Amino acid sequence: MATPVHTNANVPTGQPPKPQRPTRSRWSRFIHSSRTAPYVFVLPFVLSFALFFAYPVISTVIMSFQEVLPGITTYVGLENYKDLINPTFGKAILNSVLYTLLTLVVLIPLPLVLAVLLNSPKMPGRGLFRSVMFIPALTSVVVAGTIFRLMFGELDGSLMNSLLGVFGLEPYKWLMNANTGFLALIVLALWRWLGVNMLYYMSGLQNIPPELYEAAQIDGASRFDSFWRITIPMLKPVTIYVFTISIYAGLSMFTESYMLWNGNNSPNDIGLTIVGYLYRQGLEQNSMGFGAAVGIVLLVFTLLLNLVQLKFFGLFRKED
Amino acid sequence: MVQKQKGPLSALLVVLFILFAGFALFPLFAVTLASFKPSTELLRYGLNLKLEWSIMSLKNYAFIFQGTTDYFQWYWNSVVITVLFTVLCLILSAMVGYGLEMYRFKLKNVIFTLVLVVMMIPVEIIMLPLYKLMIGMKLINTVWGVILPFVVAPIPIFFFRQYLSGVPKDFMDAARVDGCSEYGIFVRIMMPLMAPAFAAMAILQAMNSWNNFLWPMIVLRTNDMLTLPIGLSSLLTPYGNNYDVLIAGSVLAILPILVVFLFFQRYFIEGMTAGGVKG
Repeated sequence: MATPVHTNANVPTGQPPKPQRPTRSRWSRFIHSSRTAPYVFVLPFVLSFALFFAYPVISTVIMSFQEVLPGITTYVGLENYKDLINPTFGKAILNSVLYTLLTLVVLIPLPLVLAVLLNSPKMPGRGLFRSVMFIPALTSVVVAGTIFRLMFGELDGSLMNSLLGVFGLEPYKWLMNANTGFLALIVLALWRWLGVNMLYYMSGLQNIPPELYEAAQIDGASRFDSFWRITIPMLKPVTIYVFTISIYAGLSMFTESYMLWNGNNSPNDIGLTIVGYLYRQGLEQNSMGFGAAVGIVLLVFTLLLNLVQLKFFGLFRKED
Repeated sequence: MVQKQKGPLSALLVVLFILFAGFALFPLFAVTLASFKPSTELLRYGLNLKLEWSIMSLKNYAFIFQGTTDYFQWYWNSVVITVLFTVLCLILSAMVGYGLEMYRFKLKNVIFTLVLVVMMIPVEIIMLPLYKLMIGMKLINTVWGVILPFVVAPIPIFFFRQYLSGVPKDFMDAARVDGCSEYGIFVRIMMPLMAPAFAAMAILQAMNSWNNFLWPMIVLRTNDMLTLPIGLSSLLTPYGNNYDVLIAGSVLAILPILVVFLFFQRYFIEGMTAGGVKG
């Protein structure tokens, strides 16, 4: 690309580089022009988008109307979608939605309050607490899942059961029961993301001008008033952000359940999620068309949520 | 900033945060402790906090280092994939973010909207056709199969674009007058200016890649190609679990990230927050 002419231009001959330009090839001039350059810069995205996003999305739609067997694909119309109406998939949707809602309930207010408390300048060890609470986010779900599986294990000596023992209660099979299994999932989510969300809120707090609080104090506002009328509204962008990422993480949850229940099959599917069902149908049982239909349902869910979000919050930080 | 903290209240807060910090560190502590005990102990009593010096040893670690499992092969695979992915992802995403922010061109808004669309749709939805595509491209069970589909990532693009919005465009004109080519401007002027953004994104992307699970599990087939998380999870089988390797292996898997984190805490935390939630 860089022709020798290019380097010649740097030789201090005292001559303006202009006369040398015509010696460049047409291609070189084209590629180096400031009109072409932006397209060269965005080319990686365009290629990757076309090949690894647009094409697969279209394929998913097409596949969802097909029965895909090795070598043979047959058009089956809405057959896959009809088959989706079954109790197992219903359970998977319910689990995913419930998990998403519960993580929202836990992982928005708690980090917010903790961030506000930790943000006080009088608070000793702020940096230390912030860092320590971030550490769980560094561990992979596989490692974290293994640990939590053991903590919620059914043996008498496992942590949760020894905790029950302290209160004089009988050991319990935590992961065999839907409610306590879900508890384990939520505690795992709380453990991994509490520090991260707190961090987001802390960075949001940095951007609230202190004058607002001073003015409120002069007007005789109580600390609770300031929190309710200044802090919470000013943190709205962070809340929207945390809300958004939590919804996507919640709806596409898979690995946590995979790890807690040793593979993609929990007793009575108490931990089955939409992605878990997609994985089971599409990859484990090799019925790709049906798996694709599951993907389409997840896509519809996501698009609906996007629409709701657009309606309430405007396009997520489009221009600023 | 807020009103004055009173003494006892502040002490209460410290206690509260010590509890939360305990909650954060406790599972890691428990697993580290367990890694020094024989796995039979774990199978009999479960994960617990009993400190029994008589049964504690380095046996589990010694077993891993003997090399009877593919553990270090997995470790190496994870390192290769993480480094390659992070380097490529940063260069390519920075290019795109730069192109989108610093130039005016016809399709700019269309392309940026597409970046947002990719950001909004979970990858799990396209997993199956992507898997078929990888079979077609003969990339199954290869490092490239893991890396390629996600190497141009929307979040870094978004982040770099955001970062560059604070860089004056006069730099470019000045460089052009001095005879620098469009690409020279990017490589020689903008890339050095973007160093803090690179640091933040490098840490985030490396962490994601190191811990990535679902897609590598789909693409990678043979035992010698697995990454660390997939290898570790493969130790949990319906026929019995290799807890000795699993537990000690988990501790060794967390270790490098933890060390990097302790050294570069500031960048880690900036990397997480810089993602663009400025009020």
